[in-house]
Amino acid sequence: MAIENALMAFPMASIWAVTLVLLPLAGVICCFLLPRISRTLGLFTSFANLISVSGLGWQLLEHGSYRHAVGGWGAPLGIELYADGLSLLMLATTAMVGFAISVYSTAYFKPAVGVRFWPIWLCLLTALNTLFLSADIFNLYVTLELMGLSAVALTALTGSKEALNGAMRYLLASLLASLSYLLGVVLLYHSFGSVDISLLTQQMQAPSATLAAATPAVWAALGLMGAGLMLKTAIFPLHFWLPPAHGSAPAPVSALLSALVIKASFYILLRLWFTLFEPLVDGEAINSLLGLLGCAAILWGSVQAIRQTRLKLLIAYSTVAQIGYLFLVFPLASNMGSVAWNAIAYLIISHALAKSAMFLCAGNLLRFGGHDRIADLDRVVQRLPLTAAAFALAGVSIMGIPPSGGFIGKWLLLETAIIQGRWDLVAVIIIGGLLAAVYIFKVIGYTFSPAQITHEAHNVSARMQWSALLLAIGAVLLGFLSLPVLSLLNISDATITSGVGL
Amino acid sequence: MNSNAWVPLLVVISSLLPGLIIFSLPEDKVRLRITLNLFGALVKFLLVGLMLWGVYNGYHYEIRLPLLPNLELVLRAGPLALLFVTLSSILWLVTTVYAIGYLENSPHRSRFFGFFSLCVTATTGVALAGNLITFLLFYELLTLATYPLIVHRGTEEARQAGKTYLRYTISGGALLLIGTVWLYSLTGNLEFTPKGFLTNMGEQHYPALITIFILLIAGLGVKAALFPLHGWLPQAMIAPAPVSALLHAVAVVKAGAFGIIRVVYEVFGVEFSAALGVLTPLAWLAAFTIIYGSLRALYQDDLKRRLAYSTVSQVSYITLGVAIAGPIAAIGGVVHLVHQGVMKITLFFCAGNLAETLGIHKISEMNGVGRRMPWTMAAFTIGAFGMIGAPPIAGFISKWYLGLGALNTGQSWVIFILAGSSLLNAVYFLPILHRAWFMPLPESWPEDHNFGNKETAWTLLLPPLITAVFALAVGLLVTLPFSPLEWAKLIAAREFYQP
Repeated sequence: MAIENALMAFPMASIWAVTLVLLPLAGVICCFLLPRISRTLGLFTSFANLISVSGLGWQLLEHGSYRHAVGGWGAPLGIELYADGLSLLMLATTAMVGFAISVYSTAYFKPAVGVRFWPIWLCLLTALNTLFLSADIFNLYVTLELMGLSAVALTALTGSKEALNGAMRYLLASLLASLSYLLGVVLLYHSFGSVDISLLTQQMQAPSATLAAATPAVWAALGLMGAGLMLKTAIFPLHFWLPPAHGSAPAPVSALLSALVIKASFYILLRLWFTLFEPLVDGEAINSLLGLLGCAAILWGSVQAIRQTRLKLLIAYSTVAQIGYLFLVFPLASNMGSVAWNAIAYLIISHALAKSAMFLCAGNLLRFGGHDRIADLDRVVQRLPLTAAAFALAGVSIMGIPPSGGFIGKWLLLETAIIQGRWDLVAVIIIGGLLAAVYIFKVIGYTFSPAQITHEAHNVSARMQWSALLLAIGAVLLGFLSLPVLSLLNISDATITSGVGL
Repeated sequence: MNSNAWVPLLVVISSLLPGLIIFSLPEDKVRLRITLNLFGALVKFLLVGLMLWGVYNGYHYEIRLPLLPNLELVLRAGPLALLFVTLSSILWLVTTVYAIGYLENSPHRSRFFGFFSLCVTATTGVALAGNLITFLLFYELLTLATYPLIVHRGTEEARQAGKTYLRYTISGGALLLIGTVWLYSLTGNLEFTPKGFLTNMGEQHYPALITIFILLIAGLGVKAALFPLHGWLPQAMIAPAPVSALLHAVAVVKAGAFGIIRVVYEVFGVEFSAALGVLTPLAWLAAFTIIYGSLRALYQDDLKRRLAYSTVSQVSYITLGVAIAGPIAAIGGVVHLVHQGVMKITLFFCAGNLAETLGIHKISEMNGVGRRMPWTMAAFTIGAFGMIGAPPIAGFISKWYLGLGALNTGQSWVIFILAGSSLLNAVYFLPILHRAWFMPLPESWPEDHNFGNKETAWTLLLPPLITAVFALAVGLLVTLPFSPLEWAKLIAAREFYQP
């Protein structure tokens, strides 16, 4: 009954949520049926996706977070869709970044490659949207697998030897990760007879005999799922697959992978950690371990980025470093809704915008000069000013210098770290920012000076330049939007908790 | 929100907007660019004039915009803010004229003037910032906006200088950031308040507060070129002359010095800082920097480098005035913000003229140049005597108040520093003047550009003459209302030592 009430109360939200799943799926099918107009279809779908997210967001703002049983079957039998502030922010980020990358891709891909790109990208979009709306761990597995396979296919798109190598590594890592995650799901299902996150959470938090009996299995599930998701998120030292994959994929694909795909697996980790596994991990050494990995990732990724001579690899290693910041949430946040939580959400969004802008810039520079060697950037600042500006603005956010989204995230993170007296983390955050400045200004410095050999310049379309620039401007403007963004994040569960569990 | 609230925001926008438009202009739209530049500078100048009049008559100009939960972006035009804004808006106008002449026919001017405007925007923001986080925001923006100006020429040397500049300023920014966040998590407040907002802090917080003070001053000291954080400044001389002029006189070093004033007087409060025991070491550091900068200046043959070390020395007068911790010394320090600005910008304009007209970069090439370019060298002479502290030029007033303030608080050692520094200033400036006026002309100049019967282009000559007249006027007309000195007294009375 409760769910029917919920349905009656929020029919609009349901429509938008289901649209978010079905729309890109319909796009995939149409792209296969009508390959000639796949470009138009892809662009249209990603635009419609943007509108659907706004629709869902508007509903959530009005009515609070939302849960919907597809086909009228609720948990534990059917599939449920669930959306709160965090999922909304992830969906919105995906929609915005996805739309900008779609616009970019209409100019980037030649028709022969584009025919393959569009359906796979929409497939990835389907997977991402469904993932952010899923309320049970098995459904999450399905979307995770779909996402991984589409991402690998996109990486291999050009078919070059380098790309295939990168894609192969990526494929193996991705399969291993989802397998590990699946094993964890099986263990939990075996122990509790449910895969619904909120039902599981209730059972885990109940101080009853079931929990005591299940503890070894639950710990094993935690380890397996955690390891799988960490491998997918490419946290140090499980990042080995990321630089070759992100470095060799076509630029818009690298942008999708860095901005969205790794965030999706991190999102699952975050969700599980702070709901399901909360009673197990709260205040435990495992959180410190995750924080330690985060610190190592920040330092190692940044140092590797500084050492690179190729732009795309530099950006890829910068991603490795930036993921590290996200993992600092584990030692710093003991519950959802804290300042650390806000900081991480902010870092996720601003990194998505800034990093996708950077990869698109790299794509422009590759197209422009035919190479991405940093030392030969050759007066790009004058010859390709919009792209240079986009790179610099995105860099401001990555370095965490005000005014930018990255700064807001860093400020909030520093604030909690200082309040909790974690000076080690403060030092790593600051050093990470300085190292980021080193590798970003290394690139910017070369854009001013002439190279020894001037390469023949190729034309870069305005669309490609502007989509990169707008993403970067978005990352900077985020620095002034913290109040609205954080109020979206804190859309709470309060209104419909009664709807859970029939 | 009343209409007064918008004025500080408009002052910031009056240079931001022209800057953004200029970026998008094609290279050959010279007239439109000049019009935009001058229009922006003029609007800013008028708005600042309005606020000067308003604040003098007790109006309140403040705008608050949300930035973070519980933290706002605050722009407020108090007396101290206005002193700095007025300085920067006047000198921006003059430097714009100079830069138009200096960069005539050189490439990438849209980019140059775009960043130039951003630079002034950041300086204005630094001046008007009403709390520490707003200050930090514009302070970092200033770093980012000046970098492209330093590497503007695109040579390998410029790239290296840019790298050095960033190494110092980004690290300084990081220290400032830690200090700011720490202070915020300790007190929950960052608002600039007369007499500071820390007086109620218990003794158990003193070690933390001392560390925060050191972090903030170190972060600001980088831009203020406090020893040993001054290394970027002489290297940044690679930039075009208008940039050096702006960096040294208005924007970067002043932002640092201004920040130190804010932190000591309006975050910690001067009495509380003295109670923490942090001011005496700061005074010693400033005094050491004054002597050290002068000594290093002695050994430079490159004219711009000698001026750069002179800046290192002179800017620390401001810090010294703050650290002496008394109303009279504070007046001396604050007024030196303006005085050093007009004198140093004159000197840099002149150095730029010598380089552009005759290709002179070294002091050893300056023999007899006073006869070839009498107006330029006349302006230079005024600036140089001002720096030495000869009455009635501006520099004398600053030194007089600094000395008086030091005696007033019983720190007579400062007198020896002032005297020693004046002596050193004389030792490194007078030989230049001697060469220029009394040595015989050489047979040829390194690169002689012909400007007909004029000594150089009027856009190059006019700015240093104007600023030299300023340097004289602020020294001669000290007792008029709205003179920098009178205004500094107003600041001391209304903001620092508010009854």
